[in-house]
Amino acid sequence: MTAEETGPVASSGGGVIDAPGSPVLDVDPGIASASPKTAPWEERHTSYDVEAFEVPRGREEQWRFTPLRRLRGLHDGSATATGRVDVTVRAGFGDSAEDDLTGSGVRVETVGRDDARLGDGGIPADRVAAQAWSSFTEAHVVTINEARSDDAPLTVTVTGPGEGRVAFAHVQLRLERHAEAVVVLDHRGSGTVAANTELVVSDGAKLLVVEVHDWADDAVYVGAQHLSVGRDATIRHTSVTLGGDLVRLSPVINYREPGGDVELDGLYFADGGQHFEQRLLVDHSIPHCRSRVTYKGALQGAVDSAGGTAAHTVWIGDVLIRKAAEGTDTYELNRNLLLTDNARADSVPNLEIETGEIVGAGHASATGRFDDEQLFYLMARGIPEAQARRLVVRGFFGEVIQKIRVPALRDRLEAAIEAELEAVGA
Amino acid sequence: MSTLEIRDLHVEVETESGPKEILRGVDLTVNSNETHAIMGPNGSGKSTLAYSIAGHPKYTVTQGQVLLDGEDVLEMAVDERARAGLFLAMQYPVEVPGVSMSNFLRSAATATRGEAPKVRHWVKEVKGAMSDLEIDPAFAERSVNEGFSGGEKKRHEVLQMALLKPKFAVLDETDSGLDVDALRVVSKGVNEYKAQSDVGILLITHYTRILRYISADRVHVFVNGRVAESGGPELADELEENGYVRFLGAAESSKEEQPA
Repeated sequence: MTAEETGPVASSGGGVIDAPGSPVLDVDPGIASASPKTAPWEERHTSYDVEAFEVPRGREEQWRFTPLRRLRGLHDGSATATGRVDVTVRAGFGDSAEDDLTGSGVRVETVGRDDARLGDGGIPADRVAAQAWSSFTEAHVVTINEARSDDAPLTVTVTGPGEGRVAFAHVQLRLERHAEAVVVLDHRGSGTVAANTELVVSDGAKLLVVEVHDWADDAVYVGAQHLSVGRDATIRHTSVTLGGDLVRLSPVINYREPGGDVELDGLYFADGGQHFEQRLLVDHSIPHCRSRVTYKGALQGAVDSAGGTAAHTVWIGDVLIRKAAEGTDTYELNRNLLLTDNARADSVPNLEIETGEIVGAGHASATGRFDDEQLFYLMARGIPEAQARRLVVRGFFGEVIQKIRVPALRDRLEAAIEAELEAVGA
Repeated sequence: MSTLEIRDLHVEVETESGPKEILRGVDLTVNSNETHAIMGPNGSGKSTLAYSIAGHPKYTVTQGQVLLDGEDVLEMAVDERARAGLFLAMQYPVEVPGVSMSNFLRSAATATRGEAPKVRHWVKEVKGAMSDLEIDPAFAERSVNEGFSGGEKKRHEVLQMALLKPKFAVLDETDSGLDVDALRVVSKGVNEYKAQSDVGILLITHYTRILRYISADRVHVFVNGRVAESGGPELADELEENGYVRFLGAAESSKEEQPA
């Protein structure tokens, strides 16, 4: 594979794509040789201390897609805490959720920054994450120590500090040995938030987690997720981003022992004015671990009359297979669907392989306009255009949504997607 | 009784070297209860005719008319044509990932019938139609055409025709890529729909083989973007015997006029 194919892939609705139908670009399974330029993770350093990172100027690889002026000072130290996030943990999801967690194998604690468990998930790797770490005053630790039923989700709701306020948040979800849980991490509300979220999954444990970012229009959320994967542990992580002015998420997978199995799914739907950014690092440093990444995004313009900016999504998928990580099995995929002309999707898959002794490694990225052939096919059967579009978009997100184990959440997400489509009269 | 009338149809497509005319004045009239076979060599424009009738955006009509009972079909959007009673069984049915066949069929039936079919009757109707075409019921829950074999796709095209009950159906090389067994099943499906309706059929094919299973009232030889000769079923026999050579000779000279 050439350096070109592993390089940035940008597509905008402005005319880059002329193919009716099929995706313009499909980088299909390939194995990357060492890239001539310095890989992002080689520059990567980690620290809990914000001062260990320089203030980003916007040219840095880590920050080049992010509109820094919209971060409200989270990146340069000028944002100080003027509020706090509200974190609640309930058994169940939606209307039927209950506050009572007695006998559920769940322990909820609010702890200070001196708690030794903090950092088990991972260490900040960018300045905003380090700022959050340096600035938070209380951390919420949710520990699960038994195998809960798949039908009994937990909901952790993180609510923003309110419009015009800034908060630094820290949430840690811990699954003890052989524990199992389905968890919805539901983010909502207003304000400016920088956060670290740790998902610490111990040996033999299994976590199915759906992280929803359904923020109010004003909200800015910059979060680092640190996933620690124990021996033979399983994580199914679904990241859903629907609302907010700017949402930037940086999940890092840290395998601790062999046998780790992680699937990262993602769904994002950006409208005019929204900037949604996902930067993933799957760090295969340990032998015999597995990863699958499937992120799907839809974008639509609907720029308001005030002349706001176009919808912009960024997806960076870094997969590193280190020399020691023999027997690695990995595949990552990102697909973006441009529903209108006024939208821009950047998609950059990176696969770096330092050992040939692997089961498999591949990546694919495709960004395309709405598939006109699909539209034609459905309309040729009498289905009106708007409905045909809805069917195709629902189908596009279907494989991500169907894997979510919480039916009420699936319904909510499907309704949210319908509402998005109706907003532009698609 | 309905009539589908194609009058002096000229169609072009956009190519790298500019627009290229594919259909060069097609005249054809099909009535209810008639089956017309359109036969021609590759590249003669048969599929362009099919897609133009259905309204595929790739094809631009520059001249002529397509009338369904006097109504100008070319003025209609793709979905309106289908709701007016036209059906195109495609040569290459499109995969629609994430949309189940059952959801798709129900959406299409609701649109073409003007109201949602009653669930109880509908389930029975679909099951019956699937069984007629020897389609495993499990296909109902699979994504539309995704991972289907060529034969499975063609069976599902005929299934859609049977459920949407069009006045006119254009079958675009429904026989291509089918083995004898699949061809028999697909033909049986077409014949059953013919028997229980007044459908008029435009059967587009490269080979005479399918005419052993589906009888045609009229046969048209299609060469170089227009009907070169029309006749009864005996014309197919002649093609079986001699191929398209006689017609291609005549086409060669007119090809010269065409921009490359």
